[in-house]
Amino acid sequence: MRRIMVGVKRVVDYNVRVRVRPDNTGVVTEGVKMSINPFDEIALEEALRIKEKGLADEVLAVGIGPADAQQQLRTALAMGADRAILVQTDASVPPLSVARIFRQLIDKEQPFLVLLGKQAIDDDNGQAPQMLAALWDRPQAVSCSKIEIGDGKATVTREVDAGLEVLELDLPAVMSVDLRLNEPRYVKLPDIMKAKKKPLDTLTLGDFGLTDAAAFKTVRVDPPPQRQKGIMVKDVAELVDALKKKGLV
Amino acid sequence: MSKILIVAEHDGARLNPSTSKCISCASQIGGSTIDVLVLAADGSAVASQAAEIAGVGKVLVAENAANVEPLAAVLAPQVAKLAAGYTHVFGPSTTFGKDLMPRVAALLGVGQVSDIMAVEGSHSFKRPIYAGNAVLTVEVPADAVVVATVRVASFAAAAQGGNAAIEKVDPGVSLPAHTRFVSRSSAATGRPDLQSAARVVAGGRALGSADGFKIIYALADKMGAAVGASRAAVDAGYVANDLQVGQTGKIIAPELYLAIGISGAIQHMTGIKDARTIVAINKDGEAPIFEAADIGLVGDLFAIVPELEKQLGS
Repeated sequence: MRRIMVGVKRVVDYNVRVRVRPDNTGVVTEGVKMSINPFDEIALEEALRIKEKGLADEVLAVGIGPADAQQQLRTALAMGADRAILVQTDASVPPLSVARIFRQLIDKEQPFLVLLGKQAIDDDNGQAPQMLAALWDRPQAVSCSKIEIGDGKATVTREVDAGLEVLELDLPAVMSVDLRLNEPRYVKLPDIMKAKKKPLDTLTLGDFGLTDAAAFKTVRVDPPPQRQKGIMVKDVAELVDALKKKGLV
Repeated sequence: MSKILIVAEHDGARLNPSTSKCISCASQIGGSTIDVLVLAADGSAVASQAAEIAGVGKVLVAENAANVEPLAAVLAPQVAKLAAGYTHVFGPSTTFGKDLMPRVAALLGVGQVSDIMAVEGSHSFKRPIYAGNAVLTVEVPADAVVVATVRVASFAAAAQGGNAAIEKVDPGVSLPAHTRFVSRSSAATGRPDLQSAARVVAGGRALGSADGFKIIYALADKMGAAVGASRAAVDAGYVANDLQVGQTGKIIAPELYLAIGISGAIQHMTGIKDARTIVAINKDGEAPIFEAADIGLVGDLFAIVPELEKQLGS
């Protein structure tokens, strides 16, 4: 079985304007729309396209989170994943623990490819893919914008500050995906019905020998400093004057 | 006392300015010694540049033909080995550091602090979450090695004038061959680098086309500025994606940022928050960019930008 494992994290929807709690313990998540992390959705779409090209047999979606994260895994199944696993916990699971959980699942599932988002848009850590590749002692490609699967190896293009970098990786490997890799498909109603019958297994942190997942202490969460509103100028001459006064031109 | 190792970013010939920003961040941890690690095929040029930065204790150079390209899978085991005895290991939060440092942290069996924007103590840091819409103060356990990436836009470059000793080191670890560099392509423009430029002229979707974007390049060249773009302009295909400024592109902190025809979506503003002066030019006076701009001008950018270019010349 040629299997691709994909990470699916439940996060605050990217359209929500996030507000910090008045007691500074975190951000408000009650009554807020939750979605699949957009980068994970791109990872899943890529896995489905690889399968549709006949280069994989099964796409396995893995989530770590609360019971409600089943909703996002059902969406993943409706998009086309074949089955799903939820590692259920109400705790905040740091990236190294995520990597350790995936590492153990890899032993059982033997994927030839693990596709993950380059970061989750809540914590913005951007660590789990690289950590997993390290624990697995396998290649990593971070921020991929193009993936070509070959025989026992893959050629990937990744986005770097200098432009684009092309790497060749032996498989199995871990890849994290960037925005421009693809545009995820929309889910159709019949697929949502079909997804209800697909297998979704639930495990616990204890199944992975992990109990206390949090490594770092959250001291506090604050809103970002606000910029002062500036001045309006009426034409180019005034703009140039204002810039000269600030010594900028 | 803290002993901090900084992984240098470079292209084989020149030290990237991000390294100096990391040194600046590390120096805010009181009573620390700061060493710089250069991993390269031939590290002599880069090492002497690192040695000239004030505050550097010594520069360690690990030379190996396999280090000719910065492959995380190749560099990480060397960094992890050489990290022995250090309390902190820092790298820049650039695509180089984001690729490498989590792999180092996992090899050391510790978590990582991503994107340090402020130092609160030797084990306590501020970092942005939710695309910069919240700031998290996080504390690393006192007995853990602190592996972190430094948000370069949040720190000034360290001063020059150092004269650190340069020491060759051999981590003596076996390196994987499963990851191979093929090529790198960049649009060589002759303009300043977007990430480190003092002035940036950026355009948005309102430019309308790749052709329309020409007025942005002309103004940037007149000002000696780098060119940037909003995600909308990149997605519309007006410019290459390495020009994208914002949470999902580059996070920058120039002295002057000119946002032209950019509405100011949250994810774009995250990328320019630390700019010293933001100038917004937009035909929509209600655009959110004006909320954050220091100087705003409402009007037709196709008239304003050429006029600005002309007036700046006189």
